[in-house]
Amino acid sequence: MNPLEFMLAAFGVSLAAGLFGAVLGLGGGTVVVPALTLLLGIDIRYAIGASIVSVEATSSGAGAAFVRQRLTNIRVSMLLETATTTGAVGGAVLAGVVAGRWLFLLFGALLALSALEMWRRPRHLPPARVPPDRLAERLALCGAYHDDAAGRDVRYRASHTPWGLAASACAGLVSGLLGIGGGVVKVPTMNLVMHMPFKAASATSNFMIGVTAAASAGVYFYRGDVNPYIAAPVALGVLVGAFVGARVMERARSSLLRAAFTVVLVAIAAQMVWKGLH
Amino acid sequence: MPAPPAPDPPDADAGLELLLSRLLRAGVLASMGILLAGIAVGFVHHPQRLLDRDGLAPLIAPGSRFPHTVPQVIDGFDDFAAPAVIASGLLVLLATPILRVAVSLGGFARRRDWTYVALTGYVLAVLLVSFLRGRAG
Repeated sequence: MNPLEFMLAAFGVSLAAGLFGAVLGLGGGTVVVPALTLLLGIDIRYAIGASIVSVEATSSGAGAAFVRQRLTNIRVSMLLETATTTGAVGGAVLAGVVAGRWLFLLFGALLALSALEMWRRPRHLPPARVPPDRLAERLALCGAYHDDAAGRDVRYRASHTPWGLAASACAGLVSGLLGIGGGVVKVPTMNLVMHMPFKAASATSNFMIGVTAAASAGVYFYRGDVNPYIAAPVALGVLVGAFVGARVMERARSSLLRAAFTVVLVAIAAQMVWKGLH
Repeated sequence: MPAPPAPDPPDADAGLELLLSRLLRAGVLASMGILLAGIAVGFVHHPQRLLDRDGLAPLIAPGSRFPHTVPQVIDGFDDFAAPAVIASGLLVLLATPILRVAVSLGGFARRRDWTYVALTGYVLAVLLVSFLRGRAG
């Protein structure tokens, strides 16, 4: 493979990762890292450095459209980010103290449970009754957006905010310990625990992953893990994919997005259990 | 008894949202432009290397050399080296979310929403500390 072919291949793989990540509110690291290491033979260190870049590219590339469409809930994102960033710092400190093996198994089981809940309770739009939550009222955690696929305006309010905060802190802790993106935990937290509609949960997760990844991006860059020849085609591909993915997400039916997310959740849960057992 | 309908989000949010959307777009487009320029510069400087089968390994194999600190990136600009231009485009991309939190902080402060100023300020502080820790470590 010559440098031109390599750049085109990395661009193509990343385009798919950006599209997938933007549509489901995930960072795309689950696509970028295996694609770079297994398909293109890149060293794992550079693959992880490029995947941090891809998370930022997905978040900012799709975020511009989501924020303008009012799908992103800035207030919810700010509140939960206090918990995720604190958890991530704690996780980085604890890394090496706690055995990764059991964590992978525990995390895999947790994701499998979320997938089961996702499947059992079809909660893609806000439920008619949301239990009152004093913290959410005080912090004005509510939102409204126009759902293109449903052809109507959707209004919602967040609920069970303290539980949402606790789940976010755990998500940050786990991502700091295991180095996995938090999108896969953030979306179910907002959708299942806090009763937010799926599209708002996914767009808000997309907004948050950029900030969580920024906390570690500096470390990776200065350590020399971000190789420009690998990261540049990845960034460009993911950005183009995320632009397209944002349009797809705005127009797709919430129930379909939620079903696709559930499938991904099962796949990642299986991957975590596999890692824990081997 | 059904819960009362969800209230409207605060009106003032719309202005901040538009500003953040523009900031993200600007950051992303600037980064894309710089990355493309960097790749183009590399192509102009070494047109033969791009199609050379032996040219790839030195660029992407473990231990390959490229700028990975801000002073190195700035030094690379002296002779307009492709890796330095590309790395600066990546830095713009990595800095965009941090800038976004800083702008949100300003937006909440402007309308005296002190609870959110505190929350956003805390997130920004954690981000800056971990960014600087990365530089030191």
